[in-house]
Amino acid sequence: MDLAYTQEEREFRARLREWLAAVLPGLPPRPDPADWPGRRAYDAGWQRLLYDAGYAGLHWPADAGGRGATPTQHLIFLEETERAGAPYVGANFVGLLHAGPTIAAEGSPEQRARWLPPVLRGDEMWCQGFSEPGAGSDLAALRTRAVRDGDAYVVSGQKIWTSHAEVADWCELLVRTDAAAPKHRGISWLAMRMDAPGVTVRPLRTLAGSTEFAEVFLDEVRVPLAHRVGAENDGWRVTMVTLSFERGTAFVGEVVACRRTLDALAAEARRTGRWDDPVLRRRLGRLAAEFQALWRLTQWNVSEAQRSGGVPGAGGSVFKLRYSHARQELYEAAAEVLGAGDALDLDREWVRDRLSSLSYTIAAGTSQIQRNIVAERILGLPKGR
Amino acid sequence: MDFQLSDDQRALREGIAQLLAGRFGRDRMRAAHDGGGGVDRALWAELGAAGLFALRLPEAAGGVGLGLPESVLMFEELGRALLPGPLAATELAAGAVKGAARGEAVVAQTEAGQPVAHLADADALLVLAGDEAYVLAGGPLRRVLDGARPVRSADPGTPLWRPAALPAYAAEGEPVPGGGARLRREGALLTAAEQLGSAGRSLEEAVQHARDREQFGAPIGSFQAVKHLCAEMLVRTGTARAAVYAAAVTGDPAEIAGAKLLADEAAVRNARDCLQVQGGMGFTWEADVHLRLKRAWLRAGQWLAAADAEEELAAGLGRAEPVGAPRTHVTRHTPRLHAAE
Repeated sequence: MDLAYTQEEREFRARLREWLAAVLPGLPPRPDPADWPGRRAYDAGWQRLLYDAGYAGLHWPADAGGRGATPTQHLIFLEETERAGAPYVGANFVGLLHAGPTIAAEGSPEQRARWLPPVLRGDEMWCQGFSEPGAGSDLAALRTRAVRDGDAYVVSGQKIWTSHAEVADWCELLVRTDAAAPKHRGISWLAMRMDAPGVTVRPLRTLAGSTEFAEVFLDEVRVPLAHRVGAENDGWRVTMVTLSFERGTAFVGEVVACRRTLDALAAEARRTGRWDDPVLRRRLGRLAAEFQALWRLTQWNVSEAQRSGGVPGAGGSVFKLRYSHARQELYEAAAEVLGAGDALDLDREWVRDRLSSLSYTIAAGTSQIQRNIVAERILGLPKGR
Repeated sequence: MDFQLSDDQRALREGIAQLLAGRFGRDRMRAAHDGGGGVDRALWAELGAAGLFALRLPEAAGGVGLGLPESVLMFEELGRALLPGPLAATELAAGAVKGAARGEAVVAQTEAGQPVAHLADADALLVLAGDEAYVLAGGPLRRVLDGARPVRSADPGTPLWRPAALPAYAAEGEPVPGGGARLRREGALLTAAEQLGSAGRSLEEAVQHARDREQFGAPIGSFQAVKHLCAEMLVRTGTARAAVYAAAVTGDPAEIAGAKLLADEAAVRNARDCLQVQGGMGFTWEADVHLRLKRAWLRAGQWLAAADAEEELAAGLGRAEPVGAPRTHVTRHTPRLHAAE
């Protein structure tokens, strides 16, 4: 067990720090969250900066245009960018972490050449068309259908919870290409243009008041057969390849940010005198243990992935379960630090974060589904009711 | 960074696990607890001969020359096997009390306000008093025992005694080099490792039961409610393990406090959930889980209790190096554990 970073890793960190210190002061101000075109331009600009500096697609394989970095280097990248207050991956999330890696792993040479470079440069944004009203955590229950018609599929159905749908150029779309096949078969993975005729985007308002995601209605949208990645009816396997890579490092930056928030809560409580309440103080102390452990668990999982050649282990579900609840606890404590006077003031960042933290035990597989996964796939308990 | 067990560390853990499986299987474990939980001197000496207590003593002093991470892996296995006795105190006293390193002496531990475990078995008593620590032996130790009254211990593996006021004997004790702060830290960490092993064992037992036990025509492990209890046990164990191992590598006081907190929680909650999965059978004396739960309660109160750990962590908030900061780190060679003959 060695938590020390290698010489190479330390040099990587130092170069990255230097670059961040040089480039961040020149960034334009962050756009208002409601300003979607502004957000897209901002996220694209950040991606372009990363690209020009050689940090784009850090964890992608080199033959897909990436840097082929180790999981530890990726960990350092996420940690340092968060610590420096750099922009989050934002609207580039699906392209960089989902669709891109999927195309890199499963796409034809033509598909890789067409879709990967624009993702790395920040020229094209992707969104994810997986979830449906009748298929949330039970992803394979999706019903959106695609019927062959000449050189294209004709797609009809509805997607939901589609983040960044308003600004995306492409959608990674799961469709049913064989209605008679068993649930997990008969699914195909398509790349669909968001400006294709028949695509309608309707933003959904979250309980936090924002429009982070949308419903997407598909009415006889034509998607060229050439835009299918992987074999027809093999989309479920293609998707699982991608999803398993999401878990390992998806929350690294957030854990760093949570610890910083905790420090700020303690400072605020000291300032207002609430720190004298031992119940609150001890609650914050316990949260410190929580985020410290989550950071170490991340390092454990990344080290495990590195040893197994980049394949994430089962630790991702364990981490996701613990982290999503810890994050909610953090903002419950924040409300107590703020006190009744400020805990409902939407101009306070912690109040908005408290609201958005409610999504964490739901998004990317609810905690209940995650527990089933842990019990069945890791502990080997029988499938059942 | 490679935060995984090295081959040597795996071999070390495998070695102690085999030794415990051979010498302290379930029958011996039950016999030890049904017999009042005294220290089994023969087994104690065997563990000593295997190098357990001398693991961190320098080789020049007859030790094995390993570090906290290796001790933590050993103590995790001891906790999994539910071995009774003041293991952490004896390991910590290995350089200060004659015979402790070889397992020929049993060293108990106490601090103000706490009952003393295994006092009647002890050849020496490690007393923690704030930042001070001293060892009582011989006459002074006998006087502590004479002035103590036995407690009817809820933990059948741990006889407890309530001593008369201890500080009166302080003047007669031998100060321990390094003082109380280091001992308290390392004692907390080794105890956390035992809790971790106990949490892991509760998980294994619950999962086994959930697979085997059938109700309503199906294994109860196919019921979501039972699945979720087991999954949460794994989450607690996995999180506590990362915390305990990392604290062993860094030796950082705040990390150790966090590790103790999470390992205590994992041991206690996992035992309770295991009991719940086992149902009525879990509530009987015949099931082992109550023994683990009671020991977990005992350990949670020792070395660093939750309230103190939380206060220590809170005190560091806003001041400590932020999470994820690269730390300086001492690299160490890792010779092997002495053969167990």
